[in-house]
Amino acid sequence: MAILINKDTRVICQGITGSFGAVHTKGCHLYGTKMAGGVTPGKGGQKDDNGLPIFDTVAAAVKATGATATMIFVPPGLAGDAILEAAYANLPVICAITEGVPVQDMIRVRAVLDEINGGPEIPASKRKITLVGPNCPGIITPGPKTGTGASAQDPYTNAGCKIGIMPGYIHTHISQSKRGRAVGIVSRSGTLTYEAVWQTSQLGFGQSTCVGIGGDPVRGLNHIDCLELFAADPDTHGILLIGEIGGSDEIDAARWIADARKSGKLSKPVAAFIAGRTAPPGRRMGHAGAIIGGADDTADAKINALKAAGVSIAMSPADMGRAMADAMGT
Amino acid sequence: MKIHEYQARELLRSYGIPVPPGRVITSVEDAAQAFKEAIGAAAGAKEVVIKAQVHAGGRGKAGFVKLVKSGEDAMTAARFMLTNRMKSPQTPPEGLEVKKLLVAAAVDIARRSAGGNEEFYLAITTDRKTRRNVLIASREGGVEIEQVAHERPDAIIKEPMHPLLGLQAHQARRIAFALGFTGKLVGQAADIMMKLAKLYVEKDCTLAEINPLVIAAAPAANGQPAGQQVLALDAKFNFDDNGLFRHADIQAMADPTEENPAEQRAQRFGLSYIALDGNIGCLVNGAGLAMATMDVIKLHGGEPANFLDVGGSASEEAVTEAFSIILSDPRVKGVLVNIFGGIMRCDVIAQGIVNAATKHKNPDGSLGFKVPLVVRLEGTNVEAGRALLTEARAKIPTMQPATDLADGAKKVCGAVG
Repeated sequence: MAILINKDTRVICQGITGSFGAVHTKGCHLYGTKMAGGVTPGKGGQKDDNGLPIFDTVAAAVKATGATATMIFVPPGLAGDAILEAAYANLPVICAITEGVPVQDMIRVRAVLDEINGGPEIPASKRKITLVGPNCPGIITPGPKTGTGASAQDPYTNAGCKIGIMPGYIHTHISQSKRGRAVGIVSRSGTLTYEAVWQTSQLGFGQSTCVGIGGDPVRGLNHIDCLELFAADPDTHGILLIGEIGGSDEIDAARWIADARKSGKLSKPVAAFIAGRTAPPGRRMGHAGAIIGGADDTADAKINALKAAGVSIAMSPADMGRAMADAMGT
Repeated sequence: MKIHEYQARELLRSYGIPVPPGRVITSVEDAAQAFKEAIGAAAGAKEVVIKAQVHAGGRGKAGFVKLVKSGEDAMTAARFMLTNRMKSPQTPPEGLEVKKLLVAAAVDIARRSAGGNEEFYLAITTDRKTRRNVLIASREGGVEIEQVAHERPDAIIKEPMHPLLGLQAHQARRIAFALGFTGKLVGQAADIMMKLAKLYVEKDCTLAEINPLVIAAAPAANGQPAGQQVLALDAKFNFDDNGLFRHADIQAMADPTEENPAEQRAQRFGLSYIALDGNIGCLVNGAGLAMATMDVIKLHGGEPANFLDVGGSASEEAVTEAFSIILSDPRVKGVLVNIFGGIMRCDVIAQGIVNAATKHKNPDGSLGFKVPLVVRLEGTNVEAGRALLTEARAKIPTMQPATDLADGAKKVCGAVG
C-alpha cells in the first residue's frame, strides 16, 4: 500500500536532459523506479542515456507512456509553469525538486491546483492532483532489496518507487526489517529526513513511505496532509514528523493529531523532532511578518504543542529513531 | 534582500505613490543646497529631515535622524552623520559607516484622522498559512505596529488578496473608509493601496511597508487649488531572494557594504553561512540538518561557531572555501563535518576536506589544520568518501571519524574541551 506512490507508479522527469535531471533520472532508474521517459521541449524523439524516450510536452509523454507521476528538475523561473503543465496533463503526483522557486509563482500555482482539486480545503486523500515540494528531496516508497543497483538490469529493488534525490539504500522495506514494522516519515528538510530514515533503519524498522515536503513557505503537501494519508495507510505503523522553526505547520499538525485521536481517525503512535531550538533569533521578515507569524513559529512553541497532543519528542536529532521506537512501545 | 530608505522612496515613486520631495547627498557641502531644494518643493514646509541611509534600525535614538530649519543646521547634521559611525542595538559594536544621507522635506501633516491619530500604517506581506498576499492597515501608524497588534488587535485590518486577481478596487476603497479617510482622500488612499499591491507582486517582495502614511498639505498645482494629499513618509521593502533573478533593477540596489563580508564570500560559492558566537565550526549539507547539528552540539555542552550549509551541489572548491571561511574565525577551536549525501556526494566532500587540509594556511604561515576535525559521512558514495579520508589520514593528523551524529557531537565537544 504505502501512500501516493508504489511499485506500479510510472514516472517521467521534466528537465530530463538538464544536469540534475539526468543524474537523478538515472538514480531513480537504477533504484528500480519505473521510469517511463522525460520531457525537454525541443528534444522530443530523442532518447536519454538510459534509453528512455524524451518528449516535447508533458501531455505527449503521458499519452505515450501512461505515466502517473512526474519529478521536476527545471530551473526555478520555469518550475511554476512546469507544475501547471503536469497538472493540465492530469498527472496525479507532481514532485517538484527545484530549489529557489519565487514565492509569488507558487501562490499562483497553488491557487490553480486548489481550483482543479475542488478548493483549498479539500483533504489530501481526495485531491485529484498532489503536489510535493518545491524545494524538496522528493518521495520514496522503498521496495525490498533485490539487487545491487549497479545497472538497469540489476536494480536495487524490483518493487519500490523513488521519485527524487534521496539515497535509496538507506531505506528498508518492511519485509527486510528486523522488527517487521514500518514507519511513515514526513519532513520539511532534505538531509535531516535521510538522518531519520537511517536511524529508523538502524533500529530495525522499515519505512512505508517517506515524504520530503520541502521548506518553502508556499508548497504542495503539508505536514497535516501527510499525517492524514499515513493515518489511513494500513502499512504504516508509526509516523515520524520532522519540522523546523518558522511557519505554523507543526502547530497545525499538533492540533490535527489531537482532533484525530479524539475522532478515532488516528490510532498510530507519532514521534517528532523540531530543528532549530538553538538557532539565533532574527532574520525575520520585519513588522508585518511578525504580525502574521505570531509566537507560534519558535521551536519550543512547536515542541510544546506536539507534546500536548501526545507526540513523543526527540530533543536531539540523534534520537529521532529512538523517539519513534519509544512511541511504538518497542 | 533589503534596500535603503531612499531606494524605497524611488521604488514607490516609480509606481506613482507620492512621497515628499527630497534627494540623497554624499557630502557635507551638498547639504545646504539639498535643504533649499526640499523646502522649495514642498508647500509650506519649514523644516527638513536628514536621515542616515543604513539598513540597521535605531537611527533616531542614535542621532542619525535630524530635523533642521536652516542650511547651516543641515550641514552640521550632515557632518555629524558622515564623520561618525552609527551605533545602535541593531549594528555591530563598532558601528556602521554612513555614506549616504536622505534630505527630504518635513511634511506639514494637515489633519488628524478620525481616530485621533495622524499617522497610518500600510503594509503587504505573504501569509504562508493561507497562501495569500495580505494587506495590513491601521490608523495607528508611526509607532511600533507589533505593539498595536498585540494590545489592540481590532486596530489592525488584515485583507487577503486574491492569488490571481490581486487586490481589488472595492477592497482598497473599503479599507480606506475603514481607516477614516473622507472625500477625495478616499480615492487617493485606495489608489496607493492598489499600487503598493501591484508593486509587491511584480517585484517579488516579501514585505512592502509604508509607515507612516499621512495626510499632508498639498500645494496648488496644475490648476488645482491647494488642498490635502495622502503621502508616504517612510517605506521599507524586503525582497524574495528567489525572485531576484528577474529584477535587475532591484539587484542593482543591493549595498554590499551592508552585508557581513564572510557571509558574502560564502554566497559567492553557493554556501549559506551565518556567524555565531561559539567555538565549534560546523560544515553541514542541508539547512535542516545544519540547524539540527547546531542543536546536538549544544545538547552535548558545546557552542556552535556558525551555521554553514554547503547546499546540495557544492564542488570541491566550495568545500575548501567553506573550511577557509570557518577557520578564518579565530574563535574556532574545532570543526564538525556532518554530511548526509543525497545530491551531495560524500566523495566530493571528502576530496574537498583533503584539499582544504593540505592547502589551508595558518596565521603563522604553516600549512594544514591545527584544530581537531571530526567527520561524519553517510549517504551517496559514502564508501568512496571514507576511503579517500582513510588514505589521507597522515596528511590530516587532527581528524577523527564519527560513526553517527551523537558520536560526532560527543567527539568534537570532547576535543574542544
